[in-house]
Amino acid sequence: MKKNVYFGLYLVVALLAVLPFVVPNSFYLDLVIRMAINAVIVLGLNLLIGFAGQISLGHAGFLGIGAYASAVLPTHFGWHPLLAMGAGAAATGILAALVARPIFKLKGHYLAMATLGLGIIINIALRNEAQWTGGPDGMPVPAMGLFGFELSNDKQWYWVVALLLSVSVWASLNLIDSPFGRALRALHGSEVASQVVGVDVVRYKVAIFVLSAVFASLMGSVTAHYVGFVSPNFADFFHSIELVTMVVIGGMASVYGSLVGAVLLTALPQALATFEGWETVVFGAILMGCMIFLPKGLVPTLAAKFGKGE
Amino acid sequence: MLAQFLQFLFSGITVGATYALAALGFTLIYNASNVINFAQGEFIMLGGMLAVYFTQAGLPLPVALMLAILIPAIVGVLVEKLAIEPVKGAETVTLIIITIGASLVIRGLIQVWLGKNTFSLAPFSGDEPIQILGATLLPQSLWVLGVTAVVVVALWYFFNRTLQGKAMLATSYNRLAAELVGINTSWVLFMSFAMSAALGALGGILVTPITLTSYDVGIMLGLKGFVAAVVGGLGNGLGAVLGGLLVGILEAMGAGYISSSYKDAIPFVLILFILFFMPRGLFGGKSTDRV
Repeated sequence: MKKNVYFGLYLVVALLAVLPFVVPNSFYLDLVIRMAINAVIVLGLNLLIGFAGQISLGHAGFLGIGAYASAVLPTHFGWHPLLAMGAGAAATGILAALVARPIFKLKGHYLAMATLGLGIIINIALRNEAQWTGGPDGMPVPAMGLFGFELSNDKQWYWVVALLLSVSVWASLNLIDSPFGRALRALHGSEVASQVVGVDVVRYKVAIFVLSAVFASLMGSVTAHYVGFVSPNFADFFHSIELVTMVVIGGMASVYGSLVGAVLLTALPQALATFEGWETVVFGAILMGCMIFLPKGLVPTLAAKFGKGE
Repeated sequence: MLAQFLQFLFSGITVGATYALAALGFTLIYNASNVINFAQGEFIMLGGMLAVYFTQAGLPLPVALMLAILIPAIVGVLVEKLAIEPVKGAETVTLIIITIGASLVIRGLIQVWLGKNTFSLAPFSGDEPIQILGATLLPQSLWVLGVTAVVVVALWYFFNRTLQGKAMLATSYNRLAAELVGINTSWVLFMSFAMSAALGALGGILVTPITLTSYDVGIMLGLKGFVAAVVGGLGNGLGAVLGGLLVGILEAMGAGYISSSYKDAIPFVLILFILFFMPRGLFGGKSTDRV
C-alpha cells in the first residue's frame, strides 16, 4: 500500500523534472506554471472538500487576501514581499479561524451559504477600497526577491512552483495517513460515529479549514508575484467555483485527482478560446457533462474501472 | 427624515419582492429534491430579457409576458430532466456544480443571442410617480408588490387546499412515504422546477422596468434569493417571502444610510450574522439527526 502511494509521487516529480525541457515554447511553460499553482491550491481544497467532506464556495476570497497582501503591503508600505506573504497568510488564518467555529456548526447547504457569503464580502471589499487596491481595475505587484536574488523569468518560477507542488503532494499523502487525516476521513464518514470514538469533530473541521485557507492565501501570493498583477476577478465567486470544480472533476478525496482536475480546468479556457463567444456555453456544458457521467470524478472512476485503488 | 426613510423602504420592499419570488423558487426545488438550484438567478434574467425581446418584436404585452414566463418554465423542466434526474442521490457538491453548469449554459446562450447590452422595459402602467408623505412610489412598484402578493396567496391555496399541492408537500417531508401512498414523486420534481422557474421569471419581468436587465444580472439576483431563502430557514415558504422582504429592505436601508458601494455586501453580512447566531435561519425549525 505504502509503496503504491509513493509511486505516484515519484511519477509526479519525474514528470516535473522533465517538463521544462520538452515544452515547446514560453506560452506552454506559462500554462504549465499556472497548472502547477492551481494544483497546489486544489490539493489544499481537496483536503477540506474531499477528505473532510466540508464545502467551501468562498476559497477565492482567501486567495484574494494573499494576493492583495503581496500587492498592497510592498507597494504602499514598503514591506519585503516574503513578509507581506506571511502577513497575508497570518491574516487569512486568523480570519478563517474566527469565522470557522460558528460556520462549522452548520451543515451542507448552510455551510455552502456561509462560505459563499464570506468570499463575496471579501471580493466586494477588494473592489471598493480603490485607494489601496486599485478597485475593479486591479493593481501591479512588485517582483519577488529571495535573498538578493530576484525571481524574474519563467524558468526560475517554474522550479520554485515545481518544488512547491512536489512538497505539497508529499505532505498531502502523509497527512491523509496520519492520525489527523484518519480523523478527517472518519468525520466525513459519520460525524456521530467519530465523536463516539473520541474525535473532537469541530476542532478538526476548524483545523482543516484554516489549513486549506492558509494554503490558498500563500498560493494567492505566489500567483500575484508570478503574474505581476492582481484584479478582483481573481477573488470572485466564479473563481471559487472553478476551484471547487477542479476538486470534483479530478476526484474528491484523491490526491492525484486534484492534480488532474487542476491541469484539465487550467487548460480548458485555452482550448475554448477557439469557440469565439460560445466559451461560457461550452464550459457550462462540460461541467454538467462531467458531473452527470462521472459524478465521482475522473481519477476515482478510472481507478475503479481498471481495478486498482490509489 | 421620514420622507427619506419611506423612500428607502419603498425601494427595499420592491426589490425584496423579487428576492422573495426567487427565494420561493429555491424553496420549492429544495423541498422536492434537496437540491439548491444555483441556476435560479438565470430564470430571473430569462424572464426580464425575454419580456424585452418579445415586446420589442411587436407582440402585445400580455402575450409577450406569457411567453417570457412559459419559456423559462420549459427551460427549468429541461434542466431537471436532463441534468438533475440522471444523478439522483449524488453528493451536494456535485449537484451544486451541475446547477452552476446549467446557469452558465443559459447565461452564455442569452449572451450569444441577445448580446451584452443593458435593456429596459416600459412600465406596465405609466411612470407618473405617486407622492406619499414626501416620498415617491413608482406605479411599477405597485405592480411588483400586487402580483407578488397574489402569487403568495395562490401558492398558499395550492399547497394547503389542493391535492396536487399537498402531494408536493408530502414529498418534501418524506419522499419514500409519499411514494408508498401513491404520489408520483417524479411528477412532483417536474412541477417544482417548472413552478420555480416560472416564479423566478415572473420576478424578473416585474422588476425589469425599474432596475433594467442584461445577460449577467442573474448571478447576484440568484445569490440574494438564496440568502433570502436561508434567512427564512431553507424549505420554509413563508420564511422565504419574509426573508426576501427583509433582505431587500435592509439592503436599501444600508445603501441609503451607510454606503451605497457596499450595497451588494449587505445581504451576505446579514446571512453570516444570522447563521452564526441562528444556524437554521430565522424561521427554520429544530433539526434532529438520525444516526
